[in-house]
Amino acid sequence: MRYLPLNENDRAAMLDVVGVDTVDDLFVDVPEAARLDKLIDLPTHMTEAEVDARLTAMAGKSRAAGDGPFFMGAGAYRHHIPASVDHLIQRSEFLTAYTPYQPEISQGTLQVLFEFQTQVAMLTGMDVANASMYDGSTACGEAVLMACRVKRRKKCVLAPGLHPHYAAVTENLCQYLDIDLDIHAPAPGKDVDVLDGLDKDVAAIVVQSPNVFGEIIDLEPYAEAAHAVGALLIAVFTEPVAFGAIKSPGEMGADIVVGEGQAIGVGLNFGGPYVGLFACRQKLVRQMPGRVCGETVDAEGKRGYVLTLSTREQHIRREKATSNICTNSGLCTVAFSIHMTLLGEAGLRQLAAINHKKACILADKLTAINGVELVTETFFNEFTLRLSKPATGVVGDMVEAGVLGGLHASRLMDGHDDLLIVCATETNSEADMDAFADALKGALS
Amino acid sequence: MKYTEDHEWIQLAKDGDSDIATIGVSAHAAEQLGDVVYVELPEVGAEFDKGDDAAVVESVKAASEIYAPLGGGITAVNEAWEDAPETVNAAPETDGWFFKMKITDSGELDGMMDADAYKTFLDSDD
Amino acid sequence: MSMNTQGRQTTPDAITVSEHETVSGNKGLAQSEKLIFEIGTPRRSGVDFPKLKGTKSRLGHMARTGKIGLPGLSEPEAMRHYVRLSQKNYAIDMGVYPLGSCTMKHNPRLNEKMARLPGFADLHPLQPRGTVQGALELMDELSHWICTLTGMPVVALSPKAGAHGELCGMMAIRAALDAKGAAHKRRVLVPESAHGTNPATAVLCGFSIDSIPANDAGRVDMAALRAKLGDAKEKNDVAGIMLTNPNTCGLFENDIIEIAELIHGAQGYFYCDGANFNALVGRVRPGDLGIDAMHLNLHKTFSTPHGGGGPGSGPTVLSEALAPFAPVPYVEKHKDGWRLVENADDKSFGRTSGTSFGRMTAFHGQMGMFTRALAYMLSHGSDGLKQATEDAVLNANYVQASLSGEMSPAFGGICMHEALFSDEFLEGTGVETLDFAKAMIDEDYHPMTMYFPLVVKGAMLIEPTESESKAELDRFIDVMNSLAKRAKAGDAEFFKAAPIYAPLRRLDETKAARTPVLRWRQDI
Repeated sequence: MRYLPLNENDRAAMLDVVGVDTVDDLFVDVPEAARLDKLIDLPTHMTEAEVDARLTAMAGKSRAAGDGPFFMGAGAYRHHIPASVDHLIQRSEFLTAYTPYQPEISQGTLQVLFEFQTQVAMLTGMDVANASMYDGSTACGEAVLMACRVKRRKKCVLAPGLHPHYAAVTENLCQYLDIDLDIHAPAPGKDVDVLDGLDKDVAAIVVQSPNVFGEIIDLEPYAEAAHAVGALLIAVFTEPVAFGAIKSPGEMGADIVVGEGQAIGVGLNFGGPYVGLFACRQKLVRQMPGRVCGETVDAEGKRGYVLTLSTREQHIRREKATSNICTNSGLCTVAFSIHMTLLGEAGLRQLAAINHKKACILADKLTAINGVELVTETFFNEFTLRLSKPATGVVGDMVEAGVLGGLHASRLMDGHDDLLIVCATETNSEADMDAFADALKGALS
Repeated sequence: MKYTEDHEWIQLAKDGDSDIATIGVSAHAAEQLGDVVYVELPEVGAEFDKGDDAAVVESVKAASEIYAPLGGGITAVNEAWEDAPETVNAAPETDGWFFKMKITDSGELDGMMDADAYKTFLDSDD
Repeated sequence: MSMNTQGRQTTPDAITVSEHETVSGNKGLAQSEKLIFEIGTPRRSGVDFPKLKGTKSRLGHMARTGKIGLPGLSEPEAMRHYVRLSQKNYAIDMGVYPLGSCTMKHNPRLNEKMARLPGFADLHPLQPRGTVQGALELMDELSHWICTLTGMPVVALSPKAGAHGELCGMMAIRAALDAKGAAHKRRVLVPESAHGTNPATAVLCGFSIDSIPANDAGRVDMAALRAKLGDAKEKNDVAGIMLTNPNTCGLFENDIIEIAELIHGAQGYFYCDGANFNALVGRVRPGDLGIDAMHLNLHKTFSTPHGGGGPGSGPTVLSEALAPFAPVPYVEKHKDGWRLVENADDKSFGRTSGTSFGRMTAFHGQMGMFTRALAYMLSHGSDGLKQATEDAVLNANYVQASLSGEMSPAFGGICMHEALFSDEFLEGTGVETLDFAKAMIDEDYHPMTMYFPLVVKGAMLIEPTESESKAELDRFIDVMNSLAKRAKAGDAEFFKAAPIYAPLRRLDETKAARTPVLRWRQDI
């Protein structure tokens, strides 16, 4: 077997040193009733070429996003990732290292994390960020728990523009903790509803911008309303590229900012692995969940980095930890950070501008079709259309025409089957957009 | 000064009619902690029963709860922690106090160890 | 106060500089590297974009006006920056990485290639199901392998990492108890030696923790367990047990079947932490041990890369009793192909039919890790997976036997996939476990896991994995024995100064935690 260096001579010699006759003697502690006497009924080993052929054939049964016109967003975004990003994250030193527990021989990962944390803090307009969470949805759930810890209150309000899967993940995480979640049913144009009825029991309000329908929300009134009752504003995002074009949540008074970083550096991957971003105000840092990297010096006084504030974490606090999280999104943070470094502020702004322009052009093309109405007045690279026919069928018909033309909102929420959530990025050509318009026209006629 | 088996010390003083206890950790406990980096203190006014978690003291590798050794309300916390958490290592049984509380039942002090008894307790613990 | 007996020096002693200082700060291939904020500028970029005609903005009044400050680098500058940084990392591909409980095994590159096939990697999670049949088939096949290897009926693929899988299993237990109306069962038994994630997870499910001690052989103290369940029968408040097997001392819990029976007898559930499943694959099926839930770490047992701390993946197998409560989404095969059950309230079809405890992540889990894990399973096959398990256990026992002369095995006897030592052999030498570990760095080894499990003083947990050859292990053993002799010979200074040859000397963790500097700022 190509991954196993020991041969039979090695094994015999080693068993001898251990002082046993056969390898079975190493499993004597296993109760007899549970010892397997034959191979488990699964296929036996395959060559590399065989595995390659089998999985390549399986992959061929799907229609990749890049195989044709593609306009989906709603929490996952298809952007061009520079080739150097994937090359760099496949370097053994990044790929095959563990969590940087030995800082003397992990400065590569640690410095990237320090740079990543700074990039995330800058992008979101916040003071500090952690070294990532599993994804945007779990970051959202953890933010709600954090707000309840900070405020010693047990209630949070989730706005109707929050991605329904984020609300579901948050609800799941809170369900056994006696936390009261006021989850507003998803609907476009209704985020303002959460401003009513806030009281001193509320630990935080959770508002997404751009929201799941693509609307850009001015977070300032939400921050003011939250602060007026002594609560926090948790700002959520799913498309970080937007912050190259719109105001950051930090500028508008958010206390905690969480979101999905996948759009930068990480591919679609059918939903994972992704990279959850988590940033907050300095004064909240000791309540922040997850790993965090900090600057220090070594014994010679040279600058270096270590994982720090680990007393918040499960391996020390055990049942009193801020979270049970152990793993972060390690390599995805490296990918995010490299892509962000290649972009720089100038590149990010250009990328954002192109995304927005493409989306505007697309919106114009699609709303010119009979039976199509734009629901979201403001948007970044994603917008919602109201169709004259149920969107589920329309999406299916467009697949037949070779176009992945957005997401029917009813896949994410109850009702709203006339809504189609559409995204355009720099990867969409003019021809793609025309194909989309033709397919939509055909499906509606 | 009295000591508990949880390695905390208590210094009692009178403030008018009230019994005010100052609470910290023993030099032995401070040494075991390693370099202290952060202390999370209770809010003034908070009420605790004997044995409740009242504060957390963190070193790089560990976090330890400080229990309220007596029942009562917090009247003051040591503001020095904010800037100088190392005080607990430097002067655990003087400047390194954590909080003061107005105790409800000074009878709870009965049976606690004095310095000599605590020393004997430590020796027998090893 | 609660006592900390594992305290150790976290501020290094000052040392004098003896090496020759270069003008640049570099030393041959040991290059110093500044932060991107110090070498890049916001105007520079390594990405080109086309010019696009202007259109009317739809941003409303929300356009960003202020500076962001993000520095950029051209592509060659960026390549250098990250390649230089990478060279300050130790990695499995460089040498022995014997972190106990972490399973640093070889990461096959075929896995990387497969995970990047567009039919898996370039799929949007919400594409219509007809367009993602290949991906759903892969998830279904991975599920089949996992269920068959574990002997369990059902697996939830969506948990994003080991601790997330624990949460999945414990939530399923909580949901099952709630469904039975057993609101009084809120106490979870956790051995002292457990991973810290176990108690943290149980608390997230609204449970309280009751610690069970280990016996002298490093396993669950059965008398103590019976006593705890004894009062459970009166109050009957035990929700279940969380037990790692093999346990964190690297030992198989030989009473495990009886433990399962006792827990079930008390109407509780058995959560098994599967972090060490790599010691069992192909030789033992957890399903035969009576467990109700167990997570797998695909990044440990099934070779997906650790990536400097993630991403992980924590599929969680569930017993028939817990299966109805599995999280959404999950894949089901139907006559017309594979479908995804996505809605926890869905009563129309699917094994949960409205009983699912909920959703754990925005989408379907770590697809990229699923592909890698399946590529690994197919490559090994059922015969190769069994051989890998045996080699891992043999390697650990070989290391334990070969080091026992100089070092102090914590329990002795046969171990599973990892060998645990205490710091007894260092007693009186002035050298501590931490110093010993740092000296290993100078010998070009990553240190083993230290000070864990907590039940062993100055613990050193060595997990060589099946990926090490005998020749590599012999070199490692030779170095470890030589270091142990050197410590005992009284050369404490040597150990206290280590590491000397790493990119940095020991770092001041106290300073980092006292005054946290978590980001770069212009002024600092």
